[in-house]
Amino acid sequence: MILDLENFIDRERPHWDALDTQLKRLQDDSAKVLSFEEIQHLQYLYERASSDLTRMRTFSSEEHTIRYLEDLVGRAYSEINENRSAGLFKGIWTLITEEFPQAFRDCRIARRLSLTLFVVGILFGALSILLDPMAKRVILPEQFSHLAITPEERVAREEKGEGNKGDIAELATFSTYLMTHNTRVSIYTMSLGVTWGVGTGIMAFYNSVILGAIGAEYISAGKAVFLLAWLLPHGSVELPSLIIASQAGLVLGGALIGWGQPVTLRQRLRAVRRQLLALIVGVGFLLIYAGLVEAFISQFHEPVLPYWIKITLGVVNLTLLTLFLTRAGQKKVSK
Amino acid sequence: MSAKADNNLRFAIETDEGVRIEYDLASPVRRMLAILVDLCCISALNSAITTLLMLFAIISSSTASALAIILQFVVTIGYGIVLEWSWQGQTVGKRLLRLRVMDMNGRKLVPEQVVLRNLLRVIDMMPGVYLFGGTVAFLNRNAQRLGDIAAGTVVIWHRERSMPALPTDDLVKYNSLHHYPHLEARLRQLLAPAEVDTLIHALHRRKQLAPSERIALFDQFANDLKHLCPFPIDAYENVSSEQYVRNCLDSITRQSRKMAARK
Repeated sequence: MILDLENFIDRERPHWDALDTQLKRLQDDSAKVLSFEEIQHLQYLYERASSDLTRMRTFSSEEHTIRYLEDLVGRAYSEINENRSAGLFKGIWTLITEEFPQAFRDCRIARRLSLTLFVVGILFGALSILLDPMAKRVILPEQFSHLAITPEERVAREEKGEGNKGDIAELATFSTYLMTHNTRVSIYTMSLGVTWGVGTGIMAFYNSVILGAIGAEYISAGKAVFLLAWLLPHGSVELPSLIIASQAGLVLGGALIGWGQPVTLRQRLRAVRRQLLALIVGVGFLLIYAGLVEAFISQFHEPVLPYWIKITLGVVNLTLLTLFLTRAGQKKVSK
Repeated sequence: MSAKADNNLRFAIETDEGVRIEYDLASPVRRMLAILVDLCCISALNSAITTLLMLFAIISSSTASALAIILQFVVTIGYGIVLEWSWQGQTVGKRLLRLRVMDMNGRKLVPEQVVLRNLLRVIDMMPGVYLFGGTVAFLNRNAQRLGDIAAGTVVIWHRERSMPALPTDDLVKYNSLHHYPHLEARLRQLLAPAEVDTLIHALHRRKQLAPSERIALFDQFANDLKHLCPFPIDAYENVSSEQYVRNCLDSITRQSRKMAARK
């Protein structure tokens, strides 16, 4: 069979042009809702162009037309198989309030593993300090150099108000620094999931070792109330956020490993992508709140801010976050 | 829908209707150039923010530095996400180099793909200059970095696909092959696009050849064409080999030229 190319192109060209016009209209106005007749017509034009492409490829070496049709059919296919449910910003509310807690609950194994690493890290850090107080120098990174002094010295300084907190603008600067730094750490922790979760596990463990070491040192020095008042207001949100970031990394690592899942890597990754997005976006928003609390509340101590207020705030934060993560978005699940 | 990479830098998808669409994959080098352009854009934006906030610092330096921290963070993280989402898989660098991020199944990009591939950049960049991501892309048959693998995306190169034009002095005023449209159609069917390109390039460069080599080369081409799709002797009697090749190319590319002219 041969193709009368001239007649073929003359006959089909109006249909290609019509499809091209439709696609341009849809691309210019992505929110446009097509009527049933318009959808049917678009599908007809797409199928016709697909058929023309197959014929052209079989019966002609006319590369220019083949490439033109490939581009047209590719665009039409992508438009017809549109799988965006909502705009990037439009769906963000649903993502945080529904999909984030759902993903937290659904990824059970990663959540438990992340929590286990966190607890083991805390115990390891605490034991290290209790067995060898000099281990503090090794455990604490450079950025925590202000904690090099003893808990007694620190508490005395803070309660005398020696550490100048600056004005509200300086606190805002500190707050934004904390937000961006913690978000970077969370992104990094999640992204390390590509190392089959090993990197994420190390990050989760290391972060909690530092916390365990500091906690053990302050508690053994009899400064547990100060510790709670200092860490609980922001830590009640920040620490769960880091655990969730680790959970996200372990979800990614789990999808890459794929134990006991008789599906391809691509299918496994596709299945967890939305959960990863929900987890990391949710973590980002939690860290904004934690950064504000850490800069404006956690850094103030008695007599400026009574400890019981700070501890109460921390307990309230933790309770609300627990309720949110365990209850929110259940309606959608029950559907 | 299925997808597969044919060879080094080709990627093909097959639609549910069984139609195969082929794309050129962007090479790691081309992608690196696009990244350099994007890095320049990000640092230009960050410099602009710093300059603007220096004016604001007259009122409150702490507020200005707080704003600078947050805006620069947003620009650095959000540049790729916002642009790839709103420009259908392109950033400034990708536009300049005619690259585009595409879903591996040919569908539109979804938010999780755009966000994931951009966030995982922090690992691809390690330990600096994209060494990790670049190595993975070099080894991956679809030239995907880790972010692309996790997000299920590929970066394609939109090559300018117009057929090389025949030299203007080669435009044929009378083509004896036009009397046999069915054989012209057969010729179009049998000759591969790459072979057409070769013939056009040979015509372009014929004046660089020594006369004897030029005659020998076009004799070879004409014989191959006659063997591939035999025309009646009337179609090429008293026509030189070079003219025969020219006539064949005119028959093959006539529609392309018409389409291009109509565009």
